[in-house]
Amino acid sequence: MLEILGKTNFDFMGKRKIAFLFSGIMVLLGLIAVVQIARGAANLGIDFSGGTAVQLKFDQAIRIDEARNALESNGVGNAELQEFGQDNKLLVRVKASTTIEERTAERVMTIFTKEFPNNHFVVDSTTEIGPTIGKKLQEDALIAVVISFAGIILYIAARFELRFGVAAALATFHDVLAVLGAFYVLDKEITVLVVTALLTLAGYSLTDTVVVFDRIRENLRLRRRDTEEATINNAVNQVLSRTIVTSLTVVLVLIPLTIAGGEVLHDFSLALLWGVIFGTYSSVFVASPLLLLWPGAPGRLLKRS
Amino acid sequence: MKKVGGRFALLALVVVLSVVFFLPSYKPLYQAMPDWARKVIPDKGITLGLDLQGGIHMVMEVDEDRAVEIAVDRSVVSLQDLLVDKKIPAESVKRTGANHISIQFANGEIKAQIQKLVDEYPTFFEVDAAGSANSVVWELRESEVKRIKDSAINQALETIRNRIDQFGVAEPLVQRQGLKQIVVQLPGVKEPKRAKDLIKETALLEFKMLDEDNQMKMDFPPRVPKEKEAEVLKQFEGKVPEGDQILFERVVEKETGREFRIPFLVKKRVMLTGDVLSDARVSIGQFNDPYVSIEFDGKGGREFERITGENVKKRMAVVLDNTIYSAPVIQERISGGRAQITGTFTTQEASDLAIVLRAGALPAPLKIIQDLTVGPSLGQDSIDKGVQSTLIAGALVVVFMIVYYRLSGVIADFALVLNLVCLLGALSALNATLTLPGIAGIVLTIGMGVDSNVLIFERIREELRAGKAVRLAVDGGYAKALLTIIDAHVTTLITGVALFLFGTGPIKGFAVTLCLGIAINLFTAFVGTKVVFDLLNHRRKVETLSI
Repeated sequence: MLEILGKTNFDFMGKRKIAFLFSGIMVLLGLIAVVQIARGAANLGIDFSGGTAVQLKFDQAIRIDEARNALESNGVGNAELQEFGQDNKLLVRVKASTTIEERTAERVMTIFTKEFPNNHFVVDSTTEIGPTIGKKLQEDALIAVVISFAGIILYIAARFELRFGVAAALATFHDVLAVLGAFYVLDKEITVLVVTALLTLAGYSLTDTVVVFDRIRENLRLRRRDTEEATINNAVNQVLSRTIVTSLTVVLVLIPLTIAGGEVLHDFSLALLWGVIFGTYSSVFVASPLLLLWPGAPGRLLKRS
Repeated sequence: MKKVGGRFALLALVVVLSVVFFLPSYKPLYQAMPDWARKVIPDKGITLGLDLQGGIHMVMEVDEDRAVEIAVDRSVVSLQDLLVDKKIPAESVKRTGANHISIQFANGEIKAQIQKLVDEYPTFFEVDAAGSANSVVWELRESEVKRIKDSAINQALETIRNRIDQFGVAEPLVQRQGLKQIVVQLPGVKEPKRAKDLIKETALLEFKMLDEDNQMKMDFPPRVPKEKEAEVLKQFEGKVPEGDQILFERVVEKETGREFRIPFLVKKRVMLTGDVLSDARVSIGQFNDPYVSIEFDGKGGREFERITGENVKKRMAVVLDNTIYSAPVIQERISGGRAQITGTFTTQEASDLAIVLRAGALPAPLKIIQDLTVGPSLGQDSIDKGVQSTLIAGALVVVFMIVYYRLSGVIADFALVLNLVCLLGALSALNATLTLPGIAGIVLTIGMGVDSNVLIFERIREELRAGKAVRLAVDGGYAKALLTIIDAHVTTLITGVALFLFGTGPIKGFAVTLCLGIAINLFTAFVGTKVVFDLLNHRRKVETLSI
């Protein structure tokens, strides 16, 4: 029997102050990100903000500062540039202020044809999003977020006793906010795909929490003589290896997806990857200790007959 | 001893069905199959999303207000003709605002005569009849405004469909979305720019007379670069005589391909429009230069004959979407209902022009509000990368499971393969669209799918540690992990469904693969792997389990 960890006996609950501090900071960052998004001050992708994106694939490498100069000297000054190294790909994004009537995509292509006559390119993709569509996508994303969270909370409420339900829901919010906060701090774009990743994450990160909570419930019934803290600690230790292994299998698929999945999927996979890691951490260091903040009747923690 | 036969047969059936449904999705294999085989299996499988096969996804809005203005403008022209016919000396007839016609006249005595004309325009009514003695104002009825707006979008849909049909795209989608939006999807288009131009073009063809007398006085520059149009318009803004406008002729320098514009003074009055055309096709002239020959219908032909007859030796402009293509001098009365549109065209431009003329004009300009174009190279690139990362991810998980769980790991890997086969089969059976995020969804279900087995195996290990016999340990492990696994799946499914309901395009593709993958996983984990364990225990009394 190969085991990552043998029988462990870490004092997870004893570390809860440090964990709460760290998680508190991450959640705070996430909340700031939410406020900034609501204010329209965050780095929203053009699918939300409206605008134009053109991705070009050049024959030879192109220097990003030269590309920027070329665009600026031809009147496209507000572009964001991003290169994808090995393929000589360049992504040009021009946000909100432009309308489709200005044909920004065509202008960008014309500029590169003119300024780099010896470096041919093919157009990988162009995306032009008018403000009405951006608004619609924002609304849809918001509805999807609300429905997902409402659904998860309702399901938890139906399955768990209140104290567990609240802890699980808080841990889920924690995971999503932590990733959002990290994206905000690193100034990564919040695109429709990133929101999709965050929602998927909300659904998935509950898995680990459910596994841990199941065991806590079992143990609270079996060992009534121990303190609650000891029982919970014990339960977390017992399921620690499977908590790690289940996350590990998902991490194993997300790493190649992040590295080799191409530029479109990169941030999406990255958000999921971080999310799974945060989710594993939170089921041990956040969800379980949260139970201790709210003492309840042992043995009745899960509604389950 | 539990019966395994039934469950085994179920598994086999599911696998066979999945493969049968999947076959049409893999084109090379499907094509290589004999005819009789192709007849018995379904003919449609997974379609690739636009992000994978390349193509255009556009959402457009018809400018309805403009459609109303255009309709009012038409009434203005016909009213002008009517006044001339009836010899009523009105000074001017103009559209004011969006839906009013204002008629000015010097002589107050003809007011009653003009007021009576409204009977011939039943979609208009007179406002403020007692008002000014020298003007009459008509307003378009609200019901007619509504009708024009409604028919504008239907007409636009029809026109776009016609154009795309003639352009030739496999499986295009042209659809109304909501009240006033039109969605156009053109998968696999090789020349996206050309296709877009073809759709967007209003293609309003008009024949207008040049105002040659006043042209002399204008002192226009001979020709200007394409970008300088607005400057010229501004410069001559105040000098344009009443009833005239400045339009530009499009000229392309053959050697350099540069576009120039020649300003002309043109009478606003429209002599004839493109809706009297019955055909348009490309012809090649004597200097190998392509032009478009057009054919009028009966009524249009007679009109054209009359107009040319009345304007011999004058210049008539052929105007398409407010750009002059040519302005020939009418040499003689032209009968027979044929005419030519010449200009500096490439063959392709000429053939696209013929297409839009045949398909008819759009009732109003279109506003593109979303335009996603993926070139074919990126599509293939995405497929390659998607497949590559799926394979690496799959290999990593397969190896990990075998290293960590030994023989049981092999069983879990078997479930993984089963999961993929069923997922592809289900996607094919539903004719689902596979997008790049959809591929990510498949990869994700590989990682999440084995979780079920991990949870079961860890439970079995625990039971074994507690000293239970192998078969009891296996049964116990499955039973105890069941609820946990269902809990875990349901929460993921909830978000999957929310994404499906509110996601668009690629996101929907992701939601579909995720939801299906997770649902199928429940089946493969609890039926698929359990059968194998039962089979192992069935044969002989197993003392140890490789887990």
